[in-house]
Amino acid sequence: MHEWALAEAVIAAASEIAEKEGLSEVTEVKIKVGELQQIELDILEFALSQLKSAKLENARFSIGLSKAEIKCRVCEHKWILATGNLDKVTAEAIHFVPEIAHTYIKCPKCGSPDFEVLSGRGVWLESIRGVKREDG
Amino acid sequence: MVDPRLSIIDERIREVSRIVAVSSGKGGVGKSLAAATLALKLTKMGYTVGLFDLDFTSPSTHVILGIADLQPKEDRGIVPPMAHGMKYMSIIYYSGEYATPLRGADVSNVLIELLSITRWAKLDFLIIDMPPGIGDATLDLIRLVKDIEFLIVTTPSQLAFETVRKLVSLLKELKIPVIGVIENMKTHKSDTIRQQTRKLDVKFLGEIPYDARIEESIGSAHRLSKTIFAEKVGEIALRIQ
Repeated sequence: MHEWALAEAVIAAASEIAEKEGLSEVTEVKIKVGELQQIELDILEFALSQLKSAKLENARFSIGLSKAEIKCRVCEHKWILATGNLDKVTAEAIHFVPEIAHTYIKCPKCGSPDFEVLSGRGVWLESIRGVKREDG
Repeated sequence: MVDPRLSIIDERIREVSRIVAVSSGKGGVGKSLAAATLALKLTKMGYTVGLFDLDFTSPSTHVILGIADLQPKEDRGIVPPMAHGMKYMSIIYYSGEYATPLRGADVSNVLIELLSITRWAKLDFLIIDMPPGIGDATLDLIRLVKDIEFLIVTTPSQLAFETVRKLVSLLKELKIPVIGVIENMKTHKSDTIRQQTRKLDVKFLGEIPYDARIEESIGSAHRLSKTIFAEKVGEIALRIQ
């Protein structure tokens, strides 16, 4: 599943930051998941729990959602994309590559495919908390 | 906020021995044909090869090679399907035959997404068909892919070569290896491009005569491999292996 690839990226990024910040243990990882990509949260959570490295063994993963807010570059109309209403083919294509939204989605006001995704794209690492190494 | 995808790209290409971006300063010089044919020739030579179409707004290698009805497999990411003996990845799996209008930031995002989720596994060569020019895709590849090498395609036209000069100068400044320059669509004998390439201190890899029959080969990897174009690309493949 695609969620596994993203979970692997989250673990790699969190481990990298923990190393850079001199953390001996990570206690919390905050993740923001955009609704545009329609990530299956239970699969993401399961993948995170399976992939976590020793340093992240006791980390709690907290996942927040952000709505897919879109702004048309032509008429400046803003809207929230309800991904639940997309047909299966469109939903799946956007799931893998969110920018494919420009292929299938048009501004509901003027019909343009030239829009900006203001929020709700992809998976982001918001913050991590942990215990500093004593020598660090 | 940190984009976690950037932390996994190295891992995704860890087992790829050589990553070759087939590039050009201008469009219409035969870059996609060269990239697709080079990938075919290297496969034929016994290498394990991947072909990645990075021209997201105008992908064409699937048309050149007659690739249709393929879909990548999902297995902890995306596993590119096999086409003509090579692993093939393109945005067309998701966009189909529809237009995908993308601005610069979107191009970067697609590139990062596909680099971070595609599992190429072990490859001798990953051939990348670049969009023309020195835009987002070129800059992102240089930023994200360690050990990338560029192979540049031009025509005998001074208009095309002028942009090659700029591309080479940028790559040299950034200390990115340039494998060499291919002169495509040659219609008459002239040493100009060869000499100008050497002046840039870049290897001239060879010339390919204008092949009027190349259009007839579009859509068939078999017909393409029988063309004079493919024969010449095959000779170039021997020089870059």
